[in-house]
Amino acid sequence: MTTKRNFALGCALSGALAFGGTAANAADQITFVSQGGAYQQAQTVAILDPSAKKLGITINQDSIPDAWPTIKTQVGSGKPIWDVVDTPTGYCLRGGEQGLIEKLDFSKIPNAAAMPESYRSPYSVSYEFYSSVLAYSQKTFPKDAPNSWVDFWDVKKFPGRRALRNHPIATLEAALMADGVAPDKLYPLDVDRAFKKLEEIKPNITVWWTSGAQSAQLLNDGEVDLEMAWNGRVSAVAKEGAKVAFTYNQGILQSTSLCILKGAPNLDTAVKFLNEAVDPVHQANLPLNIDYGPGNPKAFDTGVIKPERAAQLPSEPANAAKQALMSYTWWSSPAGEAAEKRWASFMQK
Amino acid sequence: MTLVPDPSQKHQRREHGLMLALVSPALLVILLLIVLPVGWLAWQSIYHDGFTLENYRRVFTEDIYWRSFALTFEISLGVTVIALLLGYPVAYLANSVPKGWSILILSLVVLPFWTSVLVRAYAWLALLQRTGVINQFLRYLDVISEPLALVHNTFGTVVATVHILLPFMVLPLYATMQKIPGDLMQAGASLGASPSLTFMRVFLPLSLPGVLAGCTMVFVLCLGFYITPELLGGGRTVMVSMLVSRNVELYNQFGAASAVAVVLLLSVLAIFFVVSRFISLDRVLGQK
Repeated sequence: MTTKRNFALGCALSGALAFGGTAANAADQITFVSQGGAYQQAQTVAILDPSAKKLGITINQDSIPDAWPTIKTQVGSGKPIWDVVDTPTGYCLRGGEQGLIEKLDFSKIPNAAAMPESYRSPYSVSYEFYSSVLAYSQKTFPKDAPNSWVDFWDVKKFPGRRALRNHPIATLEAALMADGVAPDKLYPLDVDRAFKKLEEIKPNITVWWTSGAQSAQLLNDGEVDLEMAWNGRVSAVAKEGAKVAFTYNQGILQSTSLCILKGAPNLDTAVKFLNEAVDPVHQANLPLNIDYGPGNPKAFDTGVIKPERAAQLPSEPANAAKQALMSYTWWSSPAGEAAEKRWASFMQK
Repeated sequence: MTLVPDPSQKHQRREHGLMLALVSPALLVILLLIVLPVGWLAWQSIYHDGFTLENYRRVFTEDIYWRSFALTFEISLGVTVIALLLGYPVAYLANSVPKGWSILILSLVVLPFWTSVLVRAYAWLALLQRTGVINQFLRYLDVISEPLALVHNTFGTVVATVHILLPFMVLPLYATMQKIPGDLMQAGASLGASPSLTFMRVFLPLSLPGVLAGCTMVFVLCLGFYITPELLGGGRTVMVSMLVSRNVELYNQFGAASAVAVVLLLSVLAIFFVVSRFISLDRVLGQK
């Protein structure tokens, strides 16, 4: 069987289930939701299609850039349509605490149980890794390029226009590293210290970007000379010929995770799929299609990813060692949520 | 004793029934797509595990909300004034030239309507950014040595917003000016007034309803602007609509978002109410 990228069908089928559950093979399908675009296409080829074939299920796909509000309304309404969501790990944790996400039984998900503990939570399994890195224009910095957040904050040594993401996640981590905190000593974040450090760089920030596409555009157009951006976005414009580069040094390693909606219509199949989706071989296929790293580090042992390719990926062990691993547990704690809320007043001051 | 229905009354009632049947699909659509969601929205702002006014307390006492509302009203006011200054001469010109020319002018005013707001925002980005057309041209002319910061700030936001809202100023102005009888101007001239005096004493006062209508339209539409400040504001120009979306996406506070939206909606209704004391609302909304 194949995956069907057909939301209408997904709705119709889920609807049929809700109204009597007589649809044929009702248990052998799930609705999977991701973020669309090139990313979802890559995972369809690498992970979704092979998983569907191996398990003999149908995977109906839907995509949405930001799944959180919909998760909340779907589960809140008591009749969720989606089963599995690929979303920033923080949403899975927050959703778990708010009763919107199913607690996982790892005895049924052996592939995930074998992953490092920091790569999973009671509600989620890391699915792919990306990194918030320091990116810069090679035109502005042909040599002696900025190589750390200390450099990013050093406006004298590295004059130029700067951009940061209009979001506290990863930005506070960068600020603390700029202030001398070691990447593995970040958590719990010293929020006051981070905001203080951010105040310092604030007058030199030209743009606070809100979308990944915008960050790539800014660098590509020469609107900014150095910025925090996601590694895949930077390498994409670099491939198109822009003179831009980035460093994994002091990058903030982030992940999206798979989680299952509370009361998902096809819970059992969803759990089976979750296990299959983090299978090392499927996972190893992902970076052959897009510049993101596998969520399961065992993928690097399969031999599918060539060493030179692995070296480009954010979650490759040597690259991962240079970076800070984001703690979504901290961000979904009360202190993390308070830091998020503080961001709005920081921006408007 | 029973009432014998008057045949004409019966006819009238049947006609009313028919009218109601005809408009009911539209009413249903409005009910389902506007009244219910807005009602649900308002409900969310006051109900979260019990009744609460916490969301409104925050909107009215917390600094960031105040700042955002103040900024939104400031920008809307600025945009309205600029649109009026730019739009009035255009409407005046369209009104005073022969028909063929006025059609041309009005088409040029309306033309941008057919381009999406998103495309126009990006077009402004292409014009205004550091490596944009305007900066490169000025550097080519040696007028400036460093690129000007024309976008990713409030300036860029205002420029693009004025561009997008200008038709909403010009059209009501033109409609009002059309209805000012030319005879009055001639009468003024025949009594010895100079053209500028007839304009000031006759034309301008008679065009004021159009000014009010245009200004109301532009101001109210600007209050809800989202894409333009999001793309051209550089992240610092946080207008109320952005506050709504950030509350949902970033801070996960549906109640707070609803409260902000309700306050914005009520401010718009209040503005319409005040304006309706001066001119008929049909003028503002339908450009009668």
